[in-house]
Amino acid sequence: MKKIICALLAVVMVLAFAACGNTDTASKGGEKDKVLSISEIEKTVATAMEKVEKANLKIGLICLHDENSTYDNNFIQALKEVQQELGLTNDQVLIKTGIAESDACYNAAAEFADAGCQIVFADSFGHETYMIQAAKEFPKVQFCHATGTRSQIELVSNYHNAFATIYEGRYLAGVAAGMKLKEMIDSGKITADKAVIGYVGAFNYAEVVSGMTSFFLGARSICPSATMKVTYTNSWFDIAKEKEAALNLINSGCVLISQHADSEGAPKACEEKGVPNVAYNISTIPMGPNTAIISSKIDWAPYFKQIINAALEGGTIPTDFCGTLENGSVKLTELNTKVAAPGTQEKIDEIKAKLISGEVKVFDTKTFTVGGKELSTYTADIVDKGDFVPDSEAIKDGTFAESSDRSAPYFDIKYIDGISE
Amino acid sequence: MKTTEKHLHEPLFHITRRTDISAAKAWMIRLLAILAALIVCALVIVTITDYNPLQVYVKMFEGSFSSERKIMMLLQNIAMLLCISLAVTPAFKMRFWNLGAEGQVLVGGLASAACMFYAGDSMPSPLLILVMLVTSILSGVIWGLIPAFFKSFWGTNESLFTLMMNYVAMQLVAFCIMVWVPSGSNVMGIINQNSQSGWLPELFGQKYLINILIVAVLTVVMFVYLKYSKQGYEIAVVGESENTARYVGINVKKVIMRTMVISGGICGLAGFLLVSGTNHTVSKELAGGMGFTAIMVSWLAKFNPLMMVLTSFLIVFLQRGASEIATAFRLNESVSDILTGIIIFFIIGCEFFINYKINKKSKKKEAVA
Repeated sequence: MKKIICALLAVVMVLAFAACGNTDTASKGGEKDKVLSISEIEKTVATAMEKVEKANLKIGLICLHDENSTYDNNFIQALKEVQQELGLTNDQVLIKTGIAESDACYNAAAEFADAGCQIVFADSFGHETYMIQAAKEFPKVQFCHATGTRSQIELVSNYHNAFATIYEGRYLAGVAAGMKLKEMIDSGKITADKAVIGYVGAFNYAEVVSGMTSFFLGARSICPSATMKVTYTNSWFDIAKEKEAALNLINSGCVLISQHADSEGAPKACEEKGVPNVAYNISTIPMGPNTAIISSKIDWAPYFKQIINAALEGGTIPTDFCGTLENGSVKLTELNTKVAAPGTQEKIDEIKAKLISGEVKVFDTKTFTVGGKELSTYTADIVDKGDFVPDSEAIKDGTFAESSDRSAPYFDIKYIDGISE
Repeated sequence: MKTTEKHLHEPLFHITRRTDISAAKAWMIRLLAILAALIVCALVIVTITDYNPLQVYVKMFEGSFSSERKIMMLLQNIAMLLCISLAVTPAFKMRFWNLGAEGQVLVGGLASAACMFYAGDSMPSPLLILVMLVTSILSGVIWGLIPAFFKSFWGTNESLFTLMMNYVAMQLVAFCIMVWVPSGSNVMGIINQNSQSGWLPELFGQKYLINILIVAVLTVVMFVYLKYSKQGYEIAVVGESENTARYVGINVKKVIMRTMVISGGICGLAGFLLVSGTNHTVSKELAGGMGFTAIMVSWLAKFNPLMMVLTSFLIVFLQRGASEIATAFRLNESVSDILTGIIIFFIIGCEFFINYKINKKSKKKEAVA
């Protein structure tokens, strides 16, 4: 018996190693090592799409979670909105939810390609390498990926990244928070030194750090005595953990909460405790009618429209798209006037205009210090070679030039003075 | 008097254990259960959506069979679930409640990923794969052996112990990813994407074929091992009664530990296949709950490895069908989970009618009363 078992196992092993030899020699080597400067890369890799009739157009959306996650819901709603606007059927706009950051993502993308999609879009950071794998296998299909960092490195002509200058939206949301803090101080509810903001972050990395810092700077531009405490949940979507983190922050004296994590946990905790909340991705007024102030969000509809039109007209999709306040990709949701301080809307409009004109810069180095010092130079890891070594100067003309050299955020200074864990 | 009055009332029906049900009748009951489940599902579909249930069932079928890619994915998913089911089976047969398959798979996968990460450039791929295979199996063995050792020598509760080891494994994975990918959202991404070092190769152009073949061989081996080997018999005896086993001279401690070495080792192998042959990465979700689903697969098949092919097919088919209808009809995945739940409920429930007979209240006795 043992002999038979051994023989069988041996056969399998031999087959495995025989096949191994074939692929091994094909693609060994360090083609990844070549470094192109940002200016060299430009938007040159993208090639024009083949023109498709509207009736034959198909787009597939891959989501990490489903509608219950505010982050994923933001993509789903935007795509449905565009679908309605362009009059596409449900068979033309395919959505897969709950796709893990694993081989499942590659398979979902490949299935979309099999189904005849011209464009496949994935929404989570961890989907990136699998999207690149699919892009290499299906050169005629365009693969677009939100929050990714590799399109400038991989140079696969049908692979694209997209994000937006959401730090500007966060800054404006911070202004609304600052107005609320100022109101609390002016009305004598708290003293100036008690203006502590609590922030529930998902992971301690650039996208979250950039968002929370810009939010804090926005708040401090209105309420100079504001400080901020951060707690990480180490998960994108965990209702219980996010709620617990928010409650702990409230109990430790935070008088206003904001979050960068995707569940209803923090807004609901705030509603329970009657603490004002500034959210992200979607309006949380239904979850917290008495505490939700406003949310900043990336509106993906302009981008979806752009890539669908590229297919209809035979155009190109930018290698690395970065939406802005100006082109409507960065937005604020409806202001809850019941909770917000009077004059908030006017202030937001004023500062929004200044951000667009360039009069106000979010990461103006004169407005913050790190370790007590103003920042005059900072090397950030912008070219994502996978080595995690900072490579490019990010301070330009007295500002940390976030999202200018790459759409995905790279402001990763933890922490500027005033923010602590 | 009240008590005597009560005594006279015989219940509407009573249940007796069946001892001699024919295979044909058992299968008949199972088929009826599936039919009933489909009818209930149809009712649910009609009530909460306005789709035609037949259309939904067609889509469900298409989820597994409508293209070559889908068939291969179906087989791959079955292979992985089956592999982990095979791993837990000897332990369960021995009445050692190994709820730690999830963690044993994770450490196996983690070991593979670590080899790929650290030795990807310094070793030829075939050698690296061999090293990965060995370290993965060893890691799984260690993760399985720890609770077995404690159980054998100090009588600790293995369900709790193995369950807790899952969380340790999860945190270990999270920690390693944090070390390997210092700035990020705890996502590893594909390891050695360009060099493909440490990846199980494609066989006849099919990237999952090696996984499937290995598990197919393993299934036969496990069937033979449990049914015809001396060790398989010892497992059965220890499972039935430890005292009997001791009486006939079986070294129970040794059997428990040896069986958990096998169980953990196969889990480690599953981790290797998931990393090297499937995902080329590691994450806390690597096993994706399969460590627990495997228990159901194993029980439903009454610990028969060949039957497990069928039960794991059933579970995977339902899962794939569920996600297909979620996409095709834009139903929230929860709706398809409800449907899967109904079907599994009926399938598990029908085992009751196979094992027990329901006797109605007889008229004769009523007359006497």
